[in-house]
Amino acid sequence: MNLWKDFKNGIIKENPVLRLVLGTCPTLAVTTALFNGIGMGIAATAVLIGSNLIISAIKKIVPNEVRIPIYIVVIATFVTAVQMLIQAFSPELDKQLGIFIPLIVVNCIILARAESFAAKNPPLNSVMDGIGMGIGFTLALVIISSVREILGAGTIFGMPLFGAGFEPALIMILPPGGFLVFGLTIAAVNKLTSRKKA
Amino acid sequence: MTLLLLLVSTVFINNFVLSRFLGICPFLGVSKKVETAIGMSVAVTFVMGLASVMSWLVQYFVLVPLHIEYMQTIAFILVIAGLVQFVEMVIKKTSPTLYQALGVYLPLITTNCAVLGVAILNIQSSYNLITTLFNGIYGGISFTVAIVLFAGVRERLETAPIPKALEGFPIAMIAASLFSIAFLGFGGLFSKFF
Repeated sequence: MNLWKDFKNGIIKENPVLRLVLGTCPTLAVTTALFNGIGMGIAATAVLIGSNLIISAIKKIVPNEVRIPIYIVVIATFVTAVQMLIQAFSPELDKQLGIFIPLIVVNCIILARAESFAAKNPPLNSVMDGIGMGIGFTLALVIISSVREILGAGTIFGMPLFGAGFEPALIMILPPGGFLVFGLTIAAVNKLTSRKKA
Repeated sequence: MTLLLLLVSTVFINNFVLSRFLGICPFLGVSKKVETAIGMSVAVTFVMGLASVMSWLVQYFVLVPLHIEYMQTIAFILVIAGLVQFVEMVIKKTSPTLYQALGVYLPLITTNCAVLGVAILNIQSSYNLITTLFNGIYGGISFTVAIVLFAGVRERLETAPIPKALEGFPIAMIAASLFSIAFLGFGGLFSKFF
């Protein structure tokens, strides 16, 4: 039961992107197309699960003073592995995400979960937390990237949605569109959750 | 001349924050007041310049000779984390006043993606050591320009009447979006004059 709660926590209640506003850099940078958003989501989820598991397993032998560097090394190791896997299996995704794959290391979501969850909880719970947070992150990326791809390019997964008469609003896939859609998505989530409470 | 061109291009056209999306976390987190924004950006510029040079040296004198370029991510983040710790100690010993001003921002810089980002970009663009150093500093300047201007806007937003759901991050994002549109305008300038 507890495991289920840890899993569910990251998806809506403490959604890392939409509620805690962590990991904003990749969220803005890779959401120009749905394919990229999902790719980034899966890559970050894999790193999150791995790093949460290892950090939770070694938490008793890590001296408190040097814990942050140790966490970063663990995370960087997983990121390197994921980067190699992406290069091998999906060169196209590698080209699209570019510099943002190595930058998963400094994604605040991963370090924040390591510090605030994995360092205090047993491995199995930490893995569930990693999966939940990963799904929450992916979900946010999917929402933002679908809006931007549909409005900015008139396509979804690269397939055209509208007829030839549709003029895509190019601004949506340019940087300003990223900030705008992200802001409005957070506002929408705020609005919906505050209504539920009332 | 190339270095001057690089300055204009990094600060206005490919601004690290507004068009490359690097360093968004501190951009949103520490931009509530102009003074803290300035403190943060001085610390970031300093570390970005140093980190660029250090990571360049590590890449070409350690990773390449040993043929372990795939260790780049791990090596660079360790260099940056070590560097930040070192800078913190040096400042603490030599200038307590500076430490008081910058102290709180220093640990945050390790997880600032602009620092790791500029280190990786330098290698990807195969810059030489001098260009690397300047690219790091220019990156810091572009961060400074974005965050200080943005802090000015956010100070005004504090007192503006804003719908409940938009308070805090959403309205900051929308302001950042307008900022980004303004910076897009510089894009045309480049092709026209150079």
